[in-house]
Amino acid sequence: MKLHEYQAKRLFARFNIPVPFGIPVSRPEQAAAAYAQLKRRSRGGAKFTCNVKAQVHAGGRGKAGGVRAASSAREAKAQAAALLGTRLRTHQTGPEGLPVTRVLLEQRVEIAREIYLSITIDRALNRPVVLASAEGGMDIETVATEHPQAIVREPVDPCVGLQPFQARRLHEALRLPGNSARPFGQILAGLSRCFTDVDASLVEINPLVETSAGELLALDAKVALDDNALFRHPDLAKLRDKGQEHPLEYRAAQVGISYVGLDGNIGCLVNGAGLAMATNDIIKLSGGEPANFLDVGGGANVEQVTNAFKILLADRRVKAILVNIFGGIMRCDWVAQGLLNATKALSVKVPMVVRLQGTNVKEGRALLANAALPIAAVEDLADAAKRVVALAQ
Amino acid sequence: MSILVGKDTRVLVQGITGQAGAFHTEKMLEYRTKVVAGVTPGKAGTAVHGVPVFNSVAGAVKQTGANASVIFVPAPFALDAVLEAVDAGVGLIVVITEGLPTWDMVRVKRALQDHPVRIVGPNCPGVITPDVCKLGIMPGYIHRRGPIGVVSRSGTLTYDSVYQLTEAGLGQSTCVGIGGDPVLGSTFTDILRLFQDDPETEAIVLIGEIGGTGEEEAAAFIKAHVTKPVFAFIAGQMAPKEKRMGHAGAIVAGGRGTAAEKKAALKAAGVTVVDSPAAIGSAVKAAFRPRA
Repeated sequence: MKLHEYQAKRLFARFNIPVPFGIPVSRPEQAAAAYAQLKRRSRGGAKFTCNVKAQVHAGGRGKAGGVRAASSAREAKAQAAALLGTRLRTHQTGPEGLPVTRVLLEQRVEIAREIYLSITIDRALNRPVVLASAEGGMDIETVATEHPQAIVREPVDPCVGLQPFQARRLHEALRLPGNSARPFGQILAGLSRCFTDVDASLVEINPLVETSAGELLALDAKVALDDNALFRHPDLAKLRDKGQEHPLEYRAAQVGISYVGLDGNIGCLVNGAGLAMATNDIIKLSGGEPANFLDVGGGANVEQVTNAFKILLADRRVKAILVNIFGGIMRCDWVAQGLLNATKALSVKVPMVVRLQGTNVKEGRALLANAALPIAAVEDLADAAKRVVALAQ
Repeated sequence: MSILVGKDTRVLVQGITGQAGAFHTEKMLEYRTKVVAGVTPGKAGTAVHGVPVFNSVAGAVKQTGANASVIFVPAPFALDAVLEAVDAGVGLIVVITEGLPTWDMVRVKRALQDHPVRIVGPNCPGVITPDVCKLGIMPGYIHRRGPIGVVSRSGTLTYDSVYQLTEAGLGQSTCVGIGGDPVLGSTFTDILRLFQDDPETEAIVLIGEIGGTGEEEAAAFIKAHVTKPVFAFIAGQMAPKEKRMGHAGAIVAGGRGTAAEKKAALKAAGVTVVDSPAAIGSAVKAAFRPRA
């Protein structure tokens, strides 16, 4: 689960990480008042300028026009009005973009230097690792491909947490001025505690800036939380913004189904994540394009199969469906009955290829064969993929 | 011979009174696995399918000599269950539970650094040595005793692959599901090392997927240490970036962990990489001749 920038900054502030004073608003008229408040607070002159930043769960907002300047209350209102209610498309959102329902107004700062700082789990080391780079403000993936040597890594021992010597080592590697060692150490310590305390999978400050006045400030903030640990953080779980999630993916997750929308026209219904990925692969290998990844889960009963069909068929591009079930503990005849009930209840018109294998496969296939429905029951997965690709064309 | 589990494995089920724990205890017993004890705090003195239930792992081990544990307890309590089993001296701990917080596994790994205990999982189907011992939730009947070692991050995809092997007349020495999470008790490399040293295993099937660098590390290990033929399939070639494909660990993040990188690394290590998930059994059959 991702947090918005304004939520992440509030969280960072709790861990003594300096962030700019900001006010999130959801209506344009609130933006005018927020501008006035920011101006008063910073004792700004006639030319006081603030940023109006679209709050979406994606990077690349600046380049996409999602961060704008405003030098008066009227301008702040106009910029907020131009962003609120629209969909922002960045290089990370895909062509449909993400809805802007909030903007964050913040005072602008003069930037002397930009640093990249993040903490994530290193899967090879089985522990958190701090990533830092003197090339802040840039997309870290680009830095990683173009100058990997510009990224410094510092693993954190989960037993004792990040130590001050590690912060000093990073400070030196980033060639920051000597007088910033202490505040930099505080920021890193705060970020590391934050990562642990909230069960994050990522905390990122990009950029951490040194202002022209020599202060360090987290100008942007990104936090992703471990979904599996949300039971420990009910207060943070409440911050979920459903509007930022793919509607079908969200709907699926609510009923315990893993669904990821893809670009093709062959709907897939599979039990197990690995088999679901492999099913997508074999469709592609057979010259077709899957419309989705769908793992119906371990206990795929009639209700669950019906739920899965509802989600699949909500995607109007689906021209044919491939059902691929390996019955282990789950019996194929139960699955077949679920398929029949679901297709009848939902009056599914889309042609379907069903590949059943495993426990009670004969009974399952017999059930499908006796039903007067446009369902082809196939034994072999390669054969099933070929047939569904032909049907979708 | 086989790896991890065999005829001397005495199984303890943590969370035996739960729905999944009770169901799979019955299935393991049907497979003639020696399930000797169950643990659910507060339920001592009861029995599940004839298996006595204890309040603590230490108590169960003392009374029954259990030497392997399979964990079904819900995710919020799994960290405690693992550490309790380690404390009681259990040598093999298989964590079936899905949805463990990543931090809990980070803590387990740190706490057990340099400890001889072997943990498999979490979020895995378990370990089976066909006809001898089933420690997990896989359907027993698809397996057949033989020379192929199977190691995988997946559940049903593994069953499918095992089924293909069995249909092709190729039995398995042991099948190990290492799990679909980002931080795992045992890695591909850990299991490959065991298969390389196991005299019964003559060839190895590795089923990987996108996310992390476990397959790349396996490739480096194979190149340096594995003399047995290895066959591999990598799932998730279609997966878009930054999207979690069901498993918590199956995500191409920061441009790393793609199927293409993994396939290239394995090929460079001399592994036969199969492109189609339907061709795993036939690929092994075509290239591998078992010892007479």
